[in-house]
Amino acid sequence: MRLEVDITGKTFTSAAGGTHEVLAPLKFALCPGEVGVLIGPSGCGKSTMLRIILGLDGDFRGHIARPPRARIGMVFQEPRLLPWRSVEQNVRLAAPDVTEPKLSELFRILELEAHRSHFPGELSLGLARRVALARAFAVEPDLLVLDEPLASLDDALAGRLRDEIAMLVARRPVMTLLVTHSLDDAIRLGDRLFVLSPRPARIVQELPIAIPRAARSEAEIAAIRTELARHIQAEQGDVHAGRDVS
Amino acid sequence: MLRLLSFALFLVSWWIAALFVGGAKLPSPPAVLEVMIAEASSGALFLHLGATLARVALAFVLAMSLGSAIGYLMGRVRLADRLGDPWLILLLNLPALVVIVLAYIWAGLTETAAIAAIAINKLPTAVVTLREGTRALDRSLDEMASVFAMPRWRAFRHVVLPQLAPYIAAAARSGLSLVWKIVLVAELLGRPNGVGFEIGVAFQLFDTPRLLAYSLTFAAVVLVIETLLVQPFEARTTRWRPRAA
Repeated sequence: MRLEVDITGKTFTSAAGGTHEVLAPLKFALCPGEVGVLIGPSGCGKSTMLRIILGLDGDFRGHIARPPRARIGMVFQEPRLLPWRSVEQNVRLAAPDVTEPKLSELFRILELEAHRSHFPGELSLGLARRVALARAFAVEPDLLVLDEPLASLDDALAGRLRDEIAMLVARRPVMTLLVTHSLDDAIRLGDRLFVLSPRPARIVQELPIAIPRAARSEAEIAAIRTELARHIQAEQGDVHAGRDVS
Repeated sequence: MLRLLSFALFLVSWWIAALFVGGAKLPSPPAVLEVMIAEASSGALFLHLGATLARVALAFVLAMSLGSAIGYLMGRVRLADRLGDPWLILLLNLPALVVIVLAYIWAGLTETAAIAAIAINKLPTAVVTLREGTRALDRSLDEMASVFAMPRWRAFRHVVLPQLAPYIAAAARSGLSLVWKIVLVAELLGRPNGVGFEIGVAFQLFDTPRLLAYSLTFAAVVLVIETLLVQPFEARTTRWRPRAA
């Protein structure tokens, strides 16, 4: 039971007719209980990679080995909820087998209890993101993919949601793939960090974090962060690192 | 309240006009009402109205279901779109009269011919509307359904159908008004009953009160169906949308 990603290349034909190399050869694997974090500059091809891994895009060179019949939970960059279904229906449609106690607990953890019967149009972006998280966790996924789940949220809320994600991930041995711009999220949530180059993306640095997630002290986090920032600066140049570290 | 007022205004202006023009060309409201009551008590009104409504219902259901299916297919499959498009343009622009006359010539003066002709007239607008709706489907929600491994039918029902619902409602709305108009022509040309047939008879006899009695009853039925069936359906399909202020 492992996710093995071995992409040898992906080209994209633009509307103007030009072809662009989006992904360079990329290879990594993820075991159950592990959180892999993809860190890279905007537009480097992370979302393309996720689409390939999820089986949404078959037009690439290489091979993806997903466990057969693996259940996938996904949090897209935008919440992608069904606007015509209530919060609860949105979760239940993706996870028809979820039990009532389990659902209640998820809603409690994500502080969504009051919004069960609301429609997505009535929610703020922060709430909608939490519904998307609830949906992804409700399916009890074998493979959990989070595409910048905390982007554009204020720091306090992002911090709380990050703790919630850590808690939910800790409860089940799930292969998790997180895409983020935030070094903080990466270090606090990840077990293995993959630093990506600008487009066409390749892994320039693989950085395992040996200390268990719960045991990471602020000092250790700061140390890893400095090291990570140094790698990014070295590989991607000052322009990208300058923004990513901020 | 405002609706009632505007209706009253219509009645009053009708009455005044009738006084000026004279009963032969424009009978007054009571004269028309009298004919309505006479026709209703003899049962003829309900018979003809019933025949017309049955034709409308059959042709409408046929055209909507077939049109929606074809429209969805043409919106999803490029080949179907390219193959079907010339036919669609032809059907869209073919006068209703041509379809009706040809149907009667080819299939005889039968019920099947009448209903098929009405349905064929309505079909292309349903196809065009549903094709637009299908083209406008949100791909990102399709992806969501596919990642979460939703079974096909559940995805269609909860992801696709709600997106198409406003288009279906629009097609139903415009289609119904088209069917109301065409059904009478089809009846006038080749059916021995129905509101259209009665209007044809009234025309030949220059019997204006009878003509108005049938037309207005028909209009009233259309109005009732629009308010009681079509509008609530439209409201239901869009109830999740935030209300306009």
